[in-house]
Amino acid sequence: MSLSKGSRRNLGLALLSLVATALAGCGITDPKLPQTVFDPKGPVAQMQYDLLNLTIWLAGGIGLVVSLVLLYVVLRFRAKPGDHEVPKQVHGHTGLEILWTIIPILILVSVTVPSVKAAFTLDSPPVKEALTVRVVAHQWWFEFEYMGLTNESRSDKRVVTANEMVIPVNQPVVLQLESKDVIHSFWVPKLAGKVDLIPNRINKMWLEADEPGEYFGQCAEFCGSAHAKMRFRVIALPQAEYDQWLAARQTAPASPADPVAQKGQQLFVQSCAACHAIDGVKNAQGQEGAIGPNLSNIGARTTLASGVVENNEENLRKWVRNPQTFKSTQKMPNHEAMPAAEFDALILYLRSLTK
Amino acid sequence: MAAVTRTFGFIPRPKMQTGIWSWVTTVDHKRIGILYTFTAFFFFLVGGIEAGLMRWQLAKPDNTFLSADTYNAVMTMHGTTMIFLAVMPLLAAFMNYLLPLMIGARDVAFPRLNAFSYWSYLFGGIFINSGWFWISERAVPDSGWFAYAPLTSTTFSAGLGPDFWSIGLVLLGIGTLVSGFNFLVTILNMRAPGMTLMRMPMFVWTVLITSVLIIFSFPAITVALLMLIFDRTFAANFFNSSPATNVVFWQHLFWTFGHPEVYILVLPAMGIISEIIPTFAKKPLFGYPVMVFSVAVIGFLGFTVWSHHMFTVGMGPVVNSIFALTTMAISVPTGVKIFNWLSSMYGGKVRFTTPMLYAIGFICGFTIGGLSGFMHAAAPSDAQQHDTYFVVAHFHYVIIGGSLMALLGGFYYWFPKMFGRMLNEKLGKWNFWVVFIGFNLFAFPFHFLGLMGMPRRVYTYGAEMGLGFWNLVATSGVFVLGAGLLLFMLNVYITLKKPMNATADPWDARTIEWSIPSPPPEHNFDQIPVVVARDHLWNEKHPEHGVRAPKPVPERYSIHMPGQSWMPALLGLGTTVLGYGVLLLNDTTEESTKSVGLFLFVLGLLLTLSAIFGWAFEGDGGHLVEAEGKHYGT
Repeated sequence: MSLSKGSRRNLGLALLSLVATALAGCGITDPKLPQTVFDPKGPVAQMQYDLLNLTIWLAGGIGLVVSLVLLYVVLRFRAKPGDHEVPKQVHGHTGLEILWTIIPILILVSVTVPSVKAAFTLDSPPVKEALTVRVVAHQWWFEFEYMGLTNESRSDKRVVTANEMVIPVNQPVVLQLESKDVIHSFWVPKLAGKVDLIPNRINKMWLEADEPGEYFGQCAEFCGSAHAKMRFRVIALPQAEYDQWLAARQTAPASPADPVAQKGQQLFVQSCAACHAIDGVKNAQGQEGAIGPNLSNIGARTTLASGVVENNEENLRKWVRNPQTFKSTQKMPNHEAMPAAEFDALILYLRSLTK
Repeated sequence: MAAVTRTFGFIPRPKMQTGIWSWVTTVDHKRIGILYTFTAFFFFLVGGIEAGLMRWQLAKPDNTFLSADTYNAVMTMHGTTMIFLAVMPLLAAFMNYLLPLMIGARDVAFPRLNAFSYWSYLFGGIFINSGWFWISERAVPDSGWFAYAPLTSTTFSAGLGPDFWSIGLVLLGIGTLVSGFNFLVTILNMRAPGMTLMRMPMFVWTVLITSVLIIFSFPAITVALLMLIFDRTFAANFFNSSPATNVVFWQHLFWTFGHPEVYILVLPAMGIISEIIPTFAKKPLFGYPVMVFSVAVIGFLGFTVWSHHMFTVGMGPVVNSIFALTTMAISVPTGVKIFNWLSSMYGGKVRFTTPMLYAIGFICGFTIGGLSGFMHAAAPSDAQQHDTYFVVAHFHYVIIGGSLMALLGGFYYWFPKMFGRMLNEKLGKWNFWVVFIGFNLFAFPFHFLGLMGMPRRVYTYGAEMGLGFWNLVATSGVFVLGAGLLLFMLNVYITLKKPMNATADPWDARTIEWSIPSPPPEHNFDQIPVVVARDHLWNEKHPEHGVRAPKPVPERYSIHMPGQSWMPALLGLGTTVLGYGVLLLNDTTEESTKSVGLFLFVLGLLLTLSAIFGWAFEGDGGHLVEAEGKHYGT
């Protein structure tokens, strides 16, 4: 083998791309998969992906060497039938032992240095003043509070939404992670690896989206019955659209003009507001319900039941009538008994909340 | 065999030689090893059925075969069963049966304690699983085998699941801890003359280190479990989510146990293949002293890496980096072992018997599991893999690809010693290939699924996630693996029906357990050998290669063997009844269950105390065996 350095590198690259194509062919690295780690869309995920790639190729390379040696040894030294000769009784070789202690150490150093570096780089966002979102996990949904902003229509003045975190594109966002009940974990594979949300404790992480889009996320720490259906979305918007969205979160949605929808709002106050909030709509206690997700823009969200099904009228009807349809365990009672006319009014009202 | 029986204590020792009561009262390490084998295999089947149920549920997106709660219960019990009731006891079976034979001893140091370990294992296993058959609902543990607080608190788990789990594990843990001490003392005190530490078979070394790991790691989980029991029974305030508590503390305690536990499962497996490879390569183990030191280093470092299970807890970059470093460090001695196994085969005459195929299977599976472990060590990128199927792939490669491969290989290797019959080699090779292919078909796709974004411990996933194909492949693989294990059982069944055919040394092996008949007599060795070399038997068979051993000194007196006893089984039963008592005190559904609980509590306490007193006062018992070639001195 007398290949020049350049052509050897080309050969290596060709081999790499061959393996990469094979993996892609099996759909493993398909960037269209909503939660794949092979399609980083932000600096945090990118840095983690680079490190992951390094470990994948190193592990693959070591695995290849070991398999080749194993294959050679078992093929070359297999006993032929009838051969009863006793092989030389070799007990060891100090030089070899030192060799295969030193080489792994060198390989490890080549991973340790970038991984320690990444650990410190990822610890804090690259800017001092960043948008901070407080993420509060509940069994089994996520609440997002935009810090440092106010919504005068609410009794607690907080700016709150649920299950869909909207962020401006190309801006680091700091997340303040908390839990109301058990331990959960916040994971949006295309934007950042996971960090746990733990009761009585505040964790921090940051992420940034390079391009506008809808990013899938999911709770990654086992948190009880409906853990599998505790999903969410991060929606990255261009700055102008984000500002518009945020302005809507800082005011109450306009009161419905349609009399049927007005009826629906009254029904919401009677039947839903004990647990759910719509900004500016007070429940019997004169407050916003805080047990379930905030519904102020429920008509505009992409999903229902915390990321489980698409948000359309049919699914909303099924969900409110009988939440068990989509999620066997959650804390919402069913509304099978509500008369059809009232139910229609309630749905109309909820569907009208599109800002 | 003329047996003379004498009893010195108040309570006569039982003397049954056959029938079920001879097994209940036995203290013979070989019989206990066989009890462990069959019990552990039974629980292995239970865990396997649980695996099949989970894979069936996950075969396609949005499947409704199992409900969320049922899936979570099956998942929790699968992990708990496989680790505590199947793989660890299967390894304990080997330790029990082989350890005294390999060091030239006639039994373990504390034969009755050894029996107690088994009974506490059996009753503890029944206890944990009895949740399935309990009258009240949600009695099956369903908070995961790791049982993270505060999900296990009465606030978030009102049923009896965490009680069955925590009390059951305490019962099991007592037996394991006792075994750890028993094996440690046995190895240190009962070796044959001339068997220095550095002449011990590699398997014995791994048992020694494993015993140390058990002794230091089980107290951590026992403390955690007792705190949890106190939380749930007496409303203590350790791990609930009130502001005064720190729920992360549970994770530290759990993984202080949990990570060494991984090495408890793997080190003896390494020991097993370190026995198989030299035999079938006809060469000594390459780099024996380095192998010994690397086991010791792995054992030590095993205690310094627990927080890599907690990289996403938010410990900060300093702590994460330190644990990343220690975790990386552990792959050095592990890699050294792999290269030494390869070198042991290099230049040899490798015979592809079924045990050897399994040993090679171990090297493949364990290497893959080790490499993905090394990938996890890079803390920042682990934030992506953590709690995904990539981790599920990793530890299934370590435990099935590693431990189970070695265990099955070990069964094929030592089966003639244990049962006097050779397992069918042809069926054995079929068995190996079906297991090997099935296992890889089932566990390798987990790597892909994890990186494709599938979290662990989910009972279902949406169709839009694009995970259906590889999940289906994994599910088909698990059934191939199951078929392979059925072939193993078939092989055992067929072989046990046949007459005994094994010679003392059917494999042309190297260590002293092959110098005695298959199966060995009750007292193992007629004469305890005087060991002069590491591969003592090989040395005897090939005097041209080594030193000749002095002739063993014939026994001058009859051999004193330990007497049977009722007390170990009674003690195991007593502590278990006590456990049911504590459990029922937690059941707040009806007032009447509380009084039943109190009754069982008192009854269990009485049984436990009588067993302890009986243990002390039944006297040393024992009987004498006349060995062949006995030299009657004066």
